[in-house]
Amino acid sequence: MKQGTFEITQNRHLTDAILEMRLKGDTSAVTVPGQFVELALPGFFLRRPISVCDRNEAELVLVYKTVGKGTEALSKMRTGDLDLLTGLGNGYDVSASGKEPLLIGGGVGIPPLYLLAKELLQEGKRVQVILGFNKEEEIFYEKEFKDLGCEVHLTTVDGSKGVKGFVTDAMTDLEYTYFYSCGPLPMLRAVFKQSKTSGQFSLEERMGCGFGACMGCSIQTAEGTKRVCREGPVFRKEELPW
Amino acid sequence: MVDLHVDLCGIELSNPVIPASGTFGYGYEFAQWYDIDILGSLSFKGTTREPRYGNPTPRIAECPSGMLNAVGLQNPGVEKVLSEEMPKLKEHFHKPVMANVSGFSVEEYVTTVSKLEREDQIGWYEINISCPNVHGGGMSFGTDPCQAAAVTEAVRKATKKPILIKLSPNVTDIAEIARACEASGADGISLINTLMGMRIDIHTGRPILKNVTGGLSGPAVFPVALRMVYQVSQAVKVPVVGMGGITTAEDVVEMMLAGATAVEVGAANLIDPFACKKIIEDLPGVLEGIGVKDIKEVIGGSHRG
Ligand SMILES: Cc1cc2nc3c(=O)[nH]c(=O)nc-3n(C[C@H](O)[C@H](O)[C@H](O)COP(=O)(O)OP(=O)(O)OC[C@H]3O[C@@H](n4cnc5c(N)ncnc54)[C@H](O)[C@@H]3O)c2cc1C
Ligand SMILES: Cc1cc2nc3c(=O)[nH]c(=O)nc-3n(C[C@H](O)[C@H](O)[C@H](O)COP(=O)(O)O)c2cc1C
Ligand code: FES
Repeated sequence: MKQGTFEITQNRHLTDAILEMRLKGDTSAVTVPGQFVELALPGFFLRRPISVCDRNEAELVLVYKTVGKGTEALSKMRTGDLDLLTGLGNGYDVSASGKEPLLIGGGVGIPPLYLLAKELLQEGKRVQVILGFNKEEEIFYEKEFKDLGCEVHLTTVDGSKGVKGFVTDAMTDLEYTYFYSCGPLPMLRAVFKQSKTSGQFSLEERMGCGFGACMGCSIQTAEGTKRVCREGPVFRKEELPW
Repeated sequence: MVDLHVDLCGIELSNPVIPASGTFGYGYEFAQWYDIDILGSLSFKGTTREPRYGNPTPRIAECPSGMLNAVGLQNPGVEKVLSEEMPKLKEHFHKPVMANVSGFSVEEYVTTVSKLEREDQIGWYEINISCPNVHGGGMSFGTDPCQAAAVTEAVRKATKKPILIKLSPNVTDIAEIARACEASGADGISLINTLMGMRIDIHTGRPILKNVTGGLSGPAVFPVALRMVYQVSQAVKVPVVGMGGITTAEDVVEMMLAGATAVEVGAANLIDPFACKKIIEDLPGVLEGIGVKDIKEVIGGSHRG
């Protein structure tokens, strides 16, 4: 973990409610896909946890949805500096993927899968991605995943684009060696039931600190109590008592 | 050079800054980020006789200038604290530690303290009679002078080390509780624990915390904490450890002027893992700025004249 000041270089809407923010600063603590940052917002006491969507030596990309006062305030910032804790959490274990991993993301759970896809492709894997949305207007990052070289399958609940239904409706016909998922809890539980292989899940919990000090984010796992912010946010299928 | 040393119940601290129980784990994880030997001491996570999972999540809610927590005393239990947590802490921290103890009956406090007696690095016991999260537990001890006295008296018999009784602010007359603890053998008083509060999500109409209520802490409680430290330090002769909403070196000085001999820093650690380090580094400058050469001079300064 590192604390650092980052400069906002871009903050643009991808859809009505989803924004992509680019931040310049010391990214050296971000080592694995699936990690998150805790960003301090002026006027708010607690930091906000947001997954790292992409990174290079000098820049972080965060993709977030406006859901409350904090993310609303964040969406209005065009320039300026943000205080970030970076390199938080245990991310995805890329080494478990096998030859043909499947990435399954729902809504605002999609961002951390981007850096993961990038790393898996660099290792020469065939990467299939299922991106689930409610409706066509909410779709983001379809092109970005395709440009990386992933095979992209879309689902929308109302059927306005791609397969009608949930991400699990697109899973049935696919062959894969392993899976990685992130999204709302009901989706993750459905993926857990439907999946034919082992895999990993990124979970969310309300956090006090984000770095293991407060026990605010504890969950019961098959291997005892664990902290979503420290032992997680990514958990193996075998760890979850679902 | 400004002298930051203070004496807490016969043990010298290199400075008065102590991370508060529940916001610093068992300390060693912070050692990855800075040298925790710079701290005056540290108060470890509230420890109970048995392991506790704590409350269901969500356990955390935000509010203006503060937060609510309903962690519910999650801890691995006293045996594991002794066999697993303390050895890890010892690798990084070489000063007397404050052992924060919680319980749901007088016997449980006594058993836990008796077991902790085999750990030499414990300098003080901080007896939490005030945790507002656990139904039928901590709350009643801390809100009734007779029960507070009963716990103090029983723990007093279990150890020769100094005991600090940590008070709940959720009472009408905090000075009365403090006096009852002092009369029953407390070597010091620490305060405040969190204030009971709640938040409701207007979209769902339901409380945000699964436990419904939680403990409020952070800068929002600072004036309340300061007032209580001011009252208690005049009501008792034993030293007072002040806490509640401290985030800066200026807050430390203010809390000590109100009567605190040492201070604890809680929620501030959660939003800035380097909070205690920064406060300790800033203290000499703040004291120089008000013409103080020895921090002991400010203790209870506001009571005089
Ligand atoms: C590990 C992790 C990674 C995340 N990654 C992303 C991401 O990449 N993109 C994204 O859009 N969102 C992400 N989230 C969710 C994001 O943290 C919340 O949407 C955000 O904190 C809401 O803040 P707010 O002030 O707008 O909402 P408010 O409801 O006003 O916030 C009040 C409090 O509740 C907390 N809170 C509210 N919703 C959530 C939630 N779903 N999870 C955790 N805390 C919450 C806030 O942090 C704040 O402390 C992630 C959450 C976690 C735990
Ligand atoms: C997440 C959290 C957990 C806490 N756990 C304990 C505990 O186990 N035992 C205890 O005596 N106090 C506990 N407290 C209370 C703090 O030690 C402190 O008394 C209180 O938060 C006020 O200080 P602050 O405003 O600086 O946070 C906890 C506080 C927080 C925020
Ligand atoms: S959020 Fe504090 S321990 Fe996980």
